[in-house]
Amino acid sequence: MRYEGPQSRRRGHPDEATDTLARGLGWFSIGLGITELLAGKSLARGLGLTGQEDLIRAYGVREIGTGLGILASDDPTPWIWGRVAGDALDLATLASGLNNRNRQMDNLLIAIAAVAGVTAIDIICADTLSRETRKPLRPLADYQDRSGYPRGLESARGAARDFAVPKGFRTTDLLRPFAG
Amino acid sequence: MRALVWHGTQDIRCDTVPDPQIEHERDAIIKVTACAICGSDLHLYDHFMPGMKSGDIMGHESMGEVVEVGRGINGALKKGDRIVVPFTIICGECDQCKRGFFSVCERSNRNKHLAAKAFGHTTAGLFGYTHLTGGYAGGQAEYLRVPFADKTHIKVPESLTDEQVLFLSDILPTGWQAAVQCEIEPTDTVAIWGAGPVGQMAIRSAVLLGAKQVVCIDRVPERLEMARAGGAITINFAEESVIARLNELTAGKGPEKCIDSVGMEAHATATLDSMYDRAKQAVMLESDRPHVLREMIYVCRPAGTLSIPGVYGGLIDKIPFGAVMNKGLTIRTGQTHVNRWTDDLVKRIDDGQIDPSFVITHRIGLEQGPEMYKTFRDKKDGCIKVVIRP
Ligand SMILES: NC(=O)c1ccc[n+]([C@@H]2O[C@H](COP(=O)([O-])OP(=O)(O)OC[C@H]3O[C@@H](n4cnc5c(N)ncnc54)[C@H](O)[C@@H]3O)[C@@H](O)[C@H]2O)c1
Ligand SMILES: [Zn+2]
Ligand SMILES: [Zn+2]
Repeated sequence: MRYEGPQSRRRGHPDEATDTLARGLGWFSIGLGITELLAGKSLARGLGLTGQEDLIRAYGVREIGTGLGILASDDPTPWIWGRVAGDALDLATLASGLNNRNRQMDNLLIAIAAVAGVTAIDIICADTLSRETRKPLRPLADYQDRSGYPRGLESARGAARDFAVPKGFRTTDLLRPFAG
Repeated sequence: MRALVWHGTQDIRCDTVPDPQIEHERDAIIKVTACAICGSDLHLYDHFMPGMKSGDIMGHESMGEVVEVGRGINGALKKGDRIVVPFTIICGECDQCKRGFFSVCERSNRNKHLAAKAFGHTTAGLFGYTHLTGGYAGGQAEYLRVPFADKTHIKVPESLTDEQVLFLSDILPTGWQAAVQCEIEPTDTVAIWGAGPVGQMAIRSAVLLGAKQVVCIDRVPERLEMARAGGAITINFAEESVIARLNELTAGKGPEKCIDSVGMEAHATATLDSMYDRAKQAVMLESDRPHVLREMIYVCRPAGTLSIPGVYGGLIDKIPFGAVMNKGLTIRTGQTHVNRWTDDLVKRIDDGQIDPSFVITHRIGLEQGPEMYKTFRDKKDGCIKVVIRP
């Protein structure tokens, strides 16, 4: 991470747009996770997935974890791939409701379409992040001549050995070489 | 006058404020000719240090010309004198000042009760640095009131330029004290975390004091380059394992002396402990991120010394104290006792051993201050040290 601070670019992710997208997905994960956790029951009902409440809540926990991971890590790439895997699980779960007994078929189809859309975004994001180069960034300025020693580095080495460290700052005698 | 004023998290503005007045007989007022932005100011900018109030004037690295003195100055200063102002305000008379432990002066903090509540005892008053340390107006302004000015100043020879002496106010003695309290032996490897201005000064100090090897750890390429120019071997922590490299450079034994010139906003690359810290900091269960401390404790050679100029504000968590104890490490830390070192350092600058102006990368006027805080914080534009000419 070249630039510090929560809003700034991350090291090895010179592509700011993708990093912003990743952060957005992180917040999205947390939001969705909280909804799944708190409204597991009504979600299950609305999608015709009754009986799956606990599974939905567990997915909520997973989403929150992934979201935190994306936001907190210096490198969100593995976490975004984690989202892709999660999307697959979600799709599989939703697909289990695709039967003619389901009376919420319209809702379910909308949900499947939405998840498929987000999955596409996740894949694009993860793939772009994975392809970024990890090469060290080049210095932004040339400070090779800034030694700070007017008489040069070699004559600076040990030039202040004459300095007597005051008592309060000295190494304790206990830690000095023990002569016997 | 104009001054850089703190209004909230990442909100510093160039405002017009009342000129400072003499408030006590030991005060002096200086017209600021140069001042600098410090890494410590970033902790305030990001609001990691508690105790700031909207309207506080920033800045603790300043110098200028005396334009007014109080009645109690007794000839120690006069109008027209050119002084550098140490960031620690000192009375010069209390027990701690007499021992030279100026940054814990017992009298200069006018909010002693706040400091005592936070730290158990009061510490010195500091310029432009939270109400815990006195809430004194800082020097990123056209004028500065210097309390206890008869003691709180550094006189500098006319032959040296402002840029050569300005950093006597803080970062040069800070880097110097960090190295001095390591009591460097000619056989020592000194590892320095952070290649910011303080780290840069610590590198030069460790080289001058005769370390066998100086190693500097950071990840900002141009800062590492400046570290190499000063004679350090560098480790980019974003690319290599700090612990493995330090052990490799010391035949597996670890550096004898470790300096933390990063402080509480340390970053780490996707390690478990850094995520833990960020999460805890986000929900305010931990105020500081001690990643560097943990690394130092782990890699330091047994019976070695940890020197910590990097600033911490409050609570840290998951410190491997078992390693500190069993390895018998010595820990030395503190705000710098600036005036304890400055007479000697003035001589070394005058003598050509060191010219601290090497670290300056940006020179601006007060109006560009707010924008430059951001540039410095984000390490954009090769920014390492900003000097302001009000
Ligand atoms: N003790 C004192 O009296 C005193 C005086 C001045 C400054 N300080 C403190 O010293 C510290 C440094 O000040 P500065 O002006 O150089 O600030 P800075 O912010 O410019 O420098 C800090 C550097 O540390 C680097 N860093 C971040 N995480 C790191 C890690 N895990 N490992 C290695 N390097 C890492 C950053 O990239 C940056 O270059 C700050 O905490 C400041 O408050 C203390
Ligand atoms: Zn400072
Ligand atoms: Zn005192």
